[in-house]
Amino acid sequence: MSESAPAGLRVGDHAFFEGLDAQLLREAQRLASERHFNAGDWIVRDGDPATAFFLVFHGKVALEVATAEKPHLTIQTVGPGEVLGWSWLVPPYLWRLDARALKPTQTLALDAVAFRKVLGAHPAQGFEFLERLLPIVAQRLENTQIQLLDIHGL
Amino acid sequence: MASEHFARPAPPAQVPMAPVPYEVRSQTAETDDTATLVLAPADGTHVPPARPGQFNMVYVFGVGEAAISLSGDASDSTVIVHTVRAAGRITEAIVRASAGQALGVRGPYGRGWPMDLARGKDVVLMAGGLGLPPLRPVLYEMLRHREQYGRIEVMLGARTPKDLVYYPEIQSWRHRADLRFQVTVDAAGRDWYGDVGLVTARIPDARFEPANTVAFLCGPEIMMKNSARDLEARGVPATAIWLSMERNMKCAVALCGHCQYGPDFVCRDGPVFRYREIRDRLSCREV
Amino acid sequence: MTAPAVGDHLRMDRRDFSTFLAALQSSGYRVVGPTIRDGAIVYGDIRAETDLPIGWTERQEAGTYRLERRADAALFGYVVGPHSWKKYLFPAHERLWTARREGTSFAVTPEPVDETRYAFVGMRACEIAALDVTDKVFLGGVRDPGYEARRTRALRIAVQCGQAGGTCFCVSMGTGPGVTHGYDLSLTEVLEGSRHEFLIAVGSEAGAAVLASVPVQSAGPDLDRTAERIVSTTAASMGRTMETVGLRDLLLSQPDHPAWDRVAKRCLSCTNCTMACPTCFCHTTEEVPSLEADQTERWRRWDSCFNLEFTKLHTASVRTSGMSRYRQWLTHKLGSWHDQFGMSGCVGCGRCITWCPVGIDITEEVSALRTPAPRAAVGAPR
Repeated sequence: MSESAPAGLRVGDHAFFEGLDAQLLREAQRLASERHFNAGDWIVRDGDPATAFFLVFHGKVALEVATAEKPHLTIQTVGPGEVLGWSWLVPPYLWRLDARALKPTQTLALDAVAFRKVLGAHPAQGFEFLERLLPIVAQRLENTQIQLLDIHGL
Repeated sequence: MASEHFARPAPPAQVPMAPVPYEVRSQTAETDDTATLVLAPADGTHVPPARPGQFNMVYVFGVGEAAISLSGDASDSTVIVHTVRAAGRITEAIVRASAGQALGVRGPYGRGWPMDLARGKDVVLMAGGLGLPPLRPVLYEMLRHREQYGRIEVMLGARTPKDLVYYPEIQSWRHRADLRFQVTVDAAGRDWYGDVGLVTARIPDARFEPANTVAFLCGPEIMMKNSARDLEARGVPATAIWLSMERNMKCAVALCGHCQYGPDFVCRDGPVFRYREIRDRLSCREV
Repeated sequence: MTAPAVGDHLRMDRRDFSTFLAALQSSGYRVVGPTIRDGAIVYGDIRAETDLPIGWTERQEAGTYRLERRADAALFGYVVGPHSWKKYLFPAHERLWTARREGTSFAVTPEPVDETRYAFVGMRACEIAALDVTDKVFLGGVRDPGYEARRTRALRIAVQCGQAGGTCFCVSMGTGPGVTHGYDLSLTEVLEGSRHEFLIAVGSEAGAAVLASVPVQSAGPDLDRTAERIVSTTAASMGRTMETVGLRDLLLSQPDHPAWDRVAKRCLSCTNCTMACPTCFCHTTEEVPSLEADQTERWRRWDSCFNLEFTKLHTASVRTSGMSRYRQWLTHKLGSWHDQFGMSGCVGCGRCITWCPVGIDITEEVSALRTPAPRAAVGAPR
């Protein structure tokens, strides 16, 4: 993992933030730091405090769950234009799975604790933000349903 | 909109229900439970003309017959190709067939993909699991006349990487510059560097002009339902989305009643249906 | 009198009915018609008029069928029993082909053409209508060779109903009780006082040919009027009615109506209704290999949409609940049948009502579906 010079990635260039309120963008940019990962690096670990919200710009991240039988089961991958993590919005603010870079991955990591306060202080913008985040949660839910149905295994 | 799709294919000129002997030329394992068979008429004649999306009833002597989609090149009049998953007594016997053995074939049956409506359009092909074999003839046809189509986006979903059929061919498609072929699996181990998640999650990223796109979907019903929903949300008209449905079939000629799907007989009026016509049925249980 | 011709209205004395049967037999027909077996009037071979249910009738209600003596000696004084003519045209179990191993391959021999010439004696108007329906099913698209062979050779001898059964509703379905078409000969049994005779309308050359050796005379307007009166009396005494206006849309648009769940609680999925129905055509196929495995046969057998296996796909069935199977049957019969065949699949014969072991009444179920489902009631505890 490496922290890079502040000049590169901008929150406003990420698809997730596209068109959001300018003030929110400025706040987000203020709380963002660039984080680069090499293939194989852990980005977040199950049970750790969820203190960052990652915007993926390049690369690919695997979301993994581990059980005794399947220690490395990838349940979803996250790529450019997508975001990683919503555990920072859900008490007790701990990661619920592992995230690992599959290839060299460039992200912006927002200070999630501070950003949560920003969203709380600006309810209208905060709602707009949640409206964008919730579909990602819904997609994870649908993915879980599909896996539960084991539709391809029929 | 008139399409060759709606021209009811003349029933094959054979005694209804009587299979014609074909010789297995080769049997290739695709996965643990799935194999691809190449068959040629035992009497050395040509195979009846077929269109992408149609199916045959494939028969094992003394065992029975099952409806199997055509998955080879529809322009090849010397052989037919079927990719079969061993999911029951009959399909197990088909998968086990070896070169030189005789299988029975009758068909082709049903309405296939409306290839004519796709000409001049961007094309989205979405397959789930064994939904790829019925779409492979579409891909062969489009790649043979590549200039007649716009962008071609293929999105394939499978349970795990080891459940992928046509693995070497998928790799060659993925290397082509004139189509984009994305593969997503429901779950994977560390030996998989591709995408994991919903095949529908690839739709926002796919490159096509929604209003000028034709989409062909084949896979588990819920996968097709969700994919059609998301394609429509991106602006693809419900009239331009086509699904290949599956129901129990015994006769394949709209006599036995088993494959009824609302007012339609899947064997005759399908298996390929326009999304707009069946949308209500897709969201109704136990139709 | 000149030889009988198409369009003629003739009279035949009751005493000549045996001659009529003999004429059918000597013309090469296998005569089948109503006969009493196992406490019901069923269809079977008729060798002599004594095989007919002379002087018998039946009492029919939902879930009830009982033979009763008539006060007279009518030959056709009943309505319809559990059988229908489909058992001849579309047998419950039929071989389609035989295959034999030949080296590494095999050879398929289709079942030879069935050259039986049936004379169906006693077809009711609703059964003529059922024939229209099954013709559409088996001959309207891919033609079924067995059905076609028997159907094209069969002689249809209709009998207009002199009474209505307790579960009849042919008037609602527009299929009876008068026989208007689709017959070779149409009989009306007239039994008034000491008078016992038949009015015969000739519908085809084949029908006329049979009568060449039977003593018949011109009917005259009096007999025609009597026959009309008999039919209109029957029409006025239907046991059931069904409102058919907008029925297709009503059924197809209400898959979640609470009435489906209510009827499903009573339905046993026994398949009686589909076996007794003269138009239900669903069937399955069976492979029957010989013990030596060098020969095998393909058979087909009546199947029913009430069977769980009917919609089996891979590991599970599409229609697992009894509700969905009853809904499929009724929605198909009265609704989507119109889309598929341009007509209703129901001819109003009432067999499904009579032979339902729990007395489910198709006409009552249609009425229940006509009662708007209160929005709040859908999904609420009932």
